[in-house]
Amino acid sequence: MDSGYIAQQLVNGLILGSMYALVAIGFSMIYGIVRLINFAHGDIVMIGAFATLAFIETVGLPFPLVALCVFLTCCGVGIVIERVSFRPMRGAPQVTGFIASLGISIMLQNIGILTLSAQPRNFSFPGYMQTILHLGSVSFRIIDLVIFLTAIVLMVTLVLLVKKTKLGIAMRATAENIDVARLMGININHTIMATFAIGSGLAGIAGLMWGGKFGQIDPLMGYVPGLKSFVAAVIGGVGSIPGAILGGFILGLAEVLFVGLLPPIYSSYRDAFVFGTLIVILIILPNGLLGKDLEDRA
Amino acid sequence: MEMNRPRYSLAIMIISLTVFSFLIENMANDYILAIVCFTGINIVLAVSLNLTNGFTGLFSLGHPAFMAVGGYITALLTFPAEKKPLFLPDFPQWLDSFHLPFFPALLVGGCGAAFVAFLVGISVLRLKGHYLAVATMGFIIIIQVLLNNADTITRGPLGLNGLEDFTNTYWVSGWVIVTVYICWKIKFSSLGRSMLAVREDEMAANALGVNLFSTRSFALIVGAFFAGIAGGLWGHLITALTPGSFSLLMSFNIIVMVVVGGTGSITGSVLAAIIFTLTIECFRPLEENFGIYGVGEIVMALFLVLVLIFKPSGIFGTEEPDFVMGKHKP
Repeated sequence: MDSGYIAQQLVNGLILGSMYALVAIGFSMIYGIVRLINFAHGDIVMIGAFATLAFIETVGLPFPLVALCVFLTCCGVGIVIERVSFRPMRGAPQVTGFIASLGISIMLQNIGILTLSAQPRNFSFPGYMQTILHLGSVSFRIIDLVIFLTAIVLMVTLVLLVKKTKLGIAMRATAENIDVARLMGININHTIMATFAIGSGLAGIAGLMWGGKFGQIDPLMGYVPGLKSFVAAVIGGVGSIPGAILGGFILGLAEVLFVGLLPPIYSSYRDAFVFGTLIVILIILPNGLLGKDLEDRA
Repeated sequence: MEMNRPRYSLAIMIISLTVFSFLIENMANDYILAIVCFTGINIVLAVSLNLTNGFTGLFSLGHPAFMAVGGYITALLTFPAEKKPLFLPDFPQWLDSFHLPFFPALLVGGCGAAFVAFLVGISVLRLKGHYLAVATMGFIIIIQVLLNNADTITRGPLGLNGLEDFTNTYWVSGWVIVTVYICWKIKFSSLGRSMLAVREDEMAANALGVNLFSTRSFALIVGAFFAGIAGGLWGHLITALTPGSFSLLMSFNIIVMVVVGGTGSITGSVLAAIIFTLTIECFRPLEENFGIYGVGEIVMALFLVLVLIFKPSGIFGTEEPDFVMGKHKP
């Protein structure tokens, strides 16, 4: 096991981690603002992947426009889900929203099966994306580079948006205290809607990346990345955007290194490892690495 | 005497279930029998999950994992010796000597699930609300991975098939009666009142001397015991067990029954389990004839979301309805 091999694994981990981080940001933003674990978030990844396929194959748009359209589509889906299901439940116990999101997740998956069939579909980006680049002993495809850079750009934009703009300040105020924010004249409904829209849009972009990286998509594909991104959000501290980014990269690296560095017989235990980590983190470090001690979770 | 109404209700349930089992076992075809058994197993699952989720307010999604533990233990204990060399060539020698008839095997399966619940409870019961839900969901995935990898005993993803079809309506009815009776007794005992107190306000309950951890553990363990039994019955009904079938979707189906029936209402869980199992079975031929797979799940999920929006405590809430309880409530 030489240093080149380890460097290669680190690069793979970073690429996987940037996708986890994009989905985890949405989990964290939505949790931060309405204290809801939105289980349907993983299925937005699936919708994003299918939207990508639709825009590439049927409309034939160029790549950057496809990404924009996917982002907007998923924003729309997020807004609809929030408006139809979560807004009427606002103020109910936390578990109510969680079960509802589980229901919506099952609904989205089955609507996918119903309208698109459960057969996996091939998903291919234009040929130049598949070109393999070499950098020392590390090799990766252009698509991997695009995934990583896009993720970084989106994250920086998001952090700036939350820190600097009026909308971002409204979001932070609502997350801090929803009632006081309302008294200060912030339109709570718009702010929450914007949070769902941005979170879902980022998940949609992650879906585009997921399809491009693994080459196959199906209606149930959102389940595993959704769950793992949630684990990432918990590792970083649910509610904190930098935490979600950090958690995503940590989880991506840990997962790849777990498979890459241990003997192959352990690699089928990969998911058990991820969820074992989740349970351990929840118990010993319930606020995650960067989360604030907002309420008691354990 | 009005006060004895629940006792009459129980007697009526036992008699009608016995008569019903006898009639249906002699008259109906295998397809109907299987549906009746599924309904009964779902009643056991929903009522026992209600003990954990409804009475105590521990939002556990781990029921399928406990079912899997119980189901696999029962199946391995009753697995016909002559089939073992063919299906399980690497089966550990020391386990070979354990062979039990169906009923004791079910009990051992239930106790195994309860023991696992005890171990899980030690670690995750400190979590609250949806964090507990997520941790138990992780537990489902961990159990699935372990079952997939322990292929000398479980045949991994292939699944353990060729089980004897022991489960019939008598077994299922018997377990439905036992589950409903025990959960009913727990609900109207001091223990049940402690559980409800823990659900409503744990700090107040603790101040009044309710031991939070042991009350919660008890609810999880009893729930898991019946889940293990249900797993054993389920495995011997469809004569096959695969790790993939004990999934989050199964958890979701049971949760729907509990939430729609009423978190804390035994009658509600029983009725919801019957209605949902029959609805899903009605959709199955439709799905197959018209190729519209997934409609049953969509309808269930839609119904769940509507109930959560308009009546979050479920149809019956925590109450038992008048037709079971009579007018005077204890």
